[in-house]
Amino acid sequence: MVKVTIDDVQIEVEPGTTILNAARQIGGDVVPPAMCFYSKLPGTGGKCRTCLVEVAAGSEKDPRPMPKLMASCSTQVMDGMIVKNKTSERVQEGRGGVVEFLLINHPLDCPVCDQAGECNLQDLGFQHGGAKTRYEEERRTYDPIDIGNKIKLHMNRCILCYRCVHVANQLTDSRVHGVLNRGEHAEISTYIENAIENDFSGNMIDVCPVGALTDKTFRFKSRVWFLKPMDVSCECTKCSGKAVAWMFGDEIYRVTARKDKYGEVEDQDGKTGWICNDCRFEKKDPAKWSIEGPRKINRHSVISQGHYQSPRGNSQKKIN
Amino acid sequence: MARKLLLEHDDVPGIETFEVYRKLGGYRSVEKALKTMSPEQIVEEVQKSGLRGRGGAGFPTGMKWSFLAKPEGVPRYLLCNADESEPGTFKDRYLMEKIPHKLIEGMIVSSFALGANLSFIYIRGEYMWVLEILEKAIAEAYANGFLGKNILGSGYDLDLRVAPGGGAYICGEETALIESLEGKRGNPRMKPPFPAVKGLWGCPTVVNNVETIAAVVPIINDGGEEYAKIGLGKSTGTKLISASGNLVRPGVYEIEMGMTVEEFIYGDDWCRGIANGKKMKACIPGGSSVPILPAHLITKTAAGEDRLMTYESLSDGGFATGSMLGSGGFIVFDEDQCIVRNTWTFARFYAHESCGQCSPCREGTGWMEKVLNRLEHGQGNMRDIDLLAEINKKIEGNTICPLGDAAAWPVAAAIRHFREEFEWHVTNREESQTRNYGLLKAPVVG
Amino acid sequence: MSNTHVDLSKRHSEKPTFSAEKIAEVQALIASYPEGKSKSALIRILHIAEEEFGGWLSIETMDYVAEILKIQPIEVYEVATFYTMFNLDPVGKHVFEVCHTGPCMISGSDNIMDYIQQKLEIKVGETTKDGMFTLKTAECLGACGYAPMLQCGKKFHEHLTKERVDEIIAAYRSGEMPK
Repeated sequence: MVKVTIDDVQIEVEPGTTILNAARQIGGDVVPPAMCFYSKLPGTGGKCRTCLVEVAAGSEKDPRPMPKLMASCSTQVMDGMIVKNKTSERVQEGRGGVVEFLLINHPLDCPVCDQAGECNLQDLGFQHGGAKTRYEEERRTYDPIDIGNKIKLHMNRCILCYRCVHVANQLTDSRVHGVLNRGEHAEISTYIENAIENDFSGNMIDVCPVGALTDKTFRFKSRVWFLKPMDVSCECTKCSGKAVAWMFGDEIYRVTARKDKYGEVEDQDGKTGWICNDCRFEKKDPAKWSIEGPRKINRHSVISQGHYQSPRGNSQKKIN
Repeated sequence: MARKLLLEHDDVPGIETFEVYRKLGGYRSVEKALKTMSPEQIVEEVQKSGLRGRGGAGFPTGMKWSFLAKPEGVPRYLLCNADESEPGTFKDRYLMEKIPHKLIEGMIVSSFALGANLSFIYIRGEYMWVLEILEKAIAEAYANGFLGKNILGSGYDLDLRVAPGGGAYICGEETALIESLEGKRGNPRMKPPFPAVKGLWGCPTVVNNVETIAAVVPIINDGGEEYAKIGLGKSTGTKLISASGNLVRPGVYEIEMGMTVEEFIYGDDWCRGIANGKKMKACIPGGSSVPILPAHLITKTAAGEDRLMTYESLSDGGFATGSMLGSGGFIVFDEDQCIVRNTWTFARFYAHESCGQCSPCREGTGWMEKVLNRLEHGQGNMRDIDLLAEINKKIEGNTICPLGDAAAWPVAAAIRHFREEFEWHVTNREESQTRNYGLLKAPVVG
Repeated sequence: MSNTHVDLSKRHSEKPTFSAEKIAEVQALIASYPEGKSKSALIRILHIAEEEFGGWLSIETMDYVAEILKIQPIEVYEVATFYTMFNLDPVGKHVFEVCHTGPCMISGSDNIMDYIQQKLEIKVGETTKDGMFTLKTAECLGACGYAPMLQCGKKFHEHLTKERVDEIIAAYRSGEMPK
């Protein structure tokens, strides 16, 4: 085991653990935000730069500080390492810069975005964003397109985390979308009009940290904070059948995988609990599920079980 | 004229052929290395030579080689970085075009030293005709027993191939180069692991610049200690300088490190001064990504000492008053040049070349380009100048690979030294569209 | 900006196929890589394919290359759209790529570009009506000491002046390789 200190909290972790995972073991606000890293998808991370931390001492053996801020998701801890996250001004400043970059071309269309309320970029902007933009140039824009008949791609909102590409690589047998072009013109695309047809393609929606990939069967149906997340399960031949049904009264508005407090799909029966497209898109009839009980949403966002009663009346208006 | 170690015989007709090259002493280092030296001894000679990577970073080559992991039963690779794409740099192209066998000779010796049996020269796709020259020379080397199985009866096998890029500056970054060589987009990898541990196809790999590999030839022929006698301090040996811009005689020169910058710019054997009888306004000594310096800081340091063509002297004064030797891309600006426009072209270059993988570089380079575009075209505001400096700070050091820094530094330096010219573009929007600012109004020494 | 989707009006009507000679060249190239690493040949094959099939990469061409390398078509699209040398739209017979980065700019590339546009009566990004020339800008091509310059195919034309530009255009028009 190696000892690492993050924001003055010491913890012992397995050798090879990343700084981010060590911080997650501590929990609370020493955990750096992560927009592209996804522990269930090997190969992700390093790209968004929101998880940058200051390494004030490299290790017991070599206590020199690392000159640059390090991506905590892809830097392994060393014995005696001292890391500063919330206690480092450099980190706060650097992260503020990253958030500013992520937002300059973002449409800020949260009022009409289905991800609102469970969007990592929204949270990040709230915590680290500036009060006003300094960006006076024209924003880059794309048209929303369908990739497959159940998934909508809003490239305007994408932060190019590459998670959906990894989902396609790791969960499906043939990837038809990817990152095209480069630099500020890089975009997620299928290039030719091509539907993503695969039993597990819907998981792209669950891993998307923003509203770039959304569930067409849930499009504009409701704000997520008006829904009641329930742990549900069914007998499914393709996946674990363990999911979350987002309910309004007796109706199921959408189905997602069960996610932990970092927004990652939880393990079910020893494996990552990805759900299949049938469970996600086709089973909106409550009779097809057995309801286990209310889902605990352990996070700071507005979707917090117990704080909201099922709303009635006009709050259910559709936004078109 | 200084002695030539790399460009020796570059004016001899037919030097690109095996026959002429061999007749003039070519491939001696291969004979010496394979017949009389162990791989460890070669690495030792390179360490003794003090050779530093010639691609721009200046990392000691011998040390880089010593980091190469050597797990049992796993192939190791040597990759030559011929993706020369840094604006202002065209030295590797000259060397490969003129004396392709010099590089091949260096590749054989270096591959032997590292225990590689398959090596690649990754060349930028735009240099396709140079690729053809190299492949022809490689075929000659095979035909003469210097490549292939059991080279010179030593029992050592080596295959050497050339692979083209497709137009991407970022592939000069060694992990992006490896990705590209694997047939992928040139997205730099997260480090660690470094290529020395996990490089091409997951195997231990060394990536060296063309000039670095070529320098191994004289190091083995004459010995590392002899090589180290050339130059000054930690800047040992000779260096290829690509001289461009408003010079009487631009081109590629091989210098002994330690000569004065003044001699290089004005000397009769070298660039022969500024073209058309004009005055020098500024100079970028190491390729577009290193800081631009106004004329009075390029020939003398801030302390008034002669600036020398060495890693140390060119960086004297840090970024406040110094620059870097970088890749040796020496760009000289005369009094008529517009620093704002030049800075904009560089910002545009880096925005164009950003791979787009990490957010500070993807968004920041594009943002800087747009702001500079406005400033250059009479649409800028004073706050834009400070904004550029701010954007810079937020990119620098926060990206996956050094392209972010490379994009930030030239903009920061241009504003640092030529702020009055940027401000003039804002206060004289119309006039700035019809004429250039001219020389700095600040005192010019010499 | 809009989404990158192929303009379906611009396609090869027939499936491109390499000649027997080219197939042999491509197969030899693939065989030069260790087993299982054939994707490494992708960029070079794309260069060959572009040269063989009209100077640009259509969907059909890229799908054909994917088939040869036994990889997914998206893997080819990703690479082809990353590297700037690949033309994803049809181009003229000769593509002029005029460098306009710093060292070329301070050596007069702006004037050369203006002159070429005037002479060919097209703007950057366009192709002449006769399909002879396409004009593009390029970022640094490694000819800074011989600026201004343009690349056409594999050839670098350096030390450009208006007179040189006239000679080069005339030579290409008459079907010769300019000196």
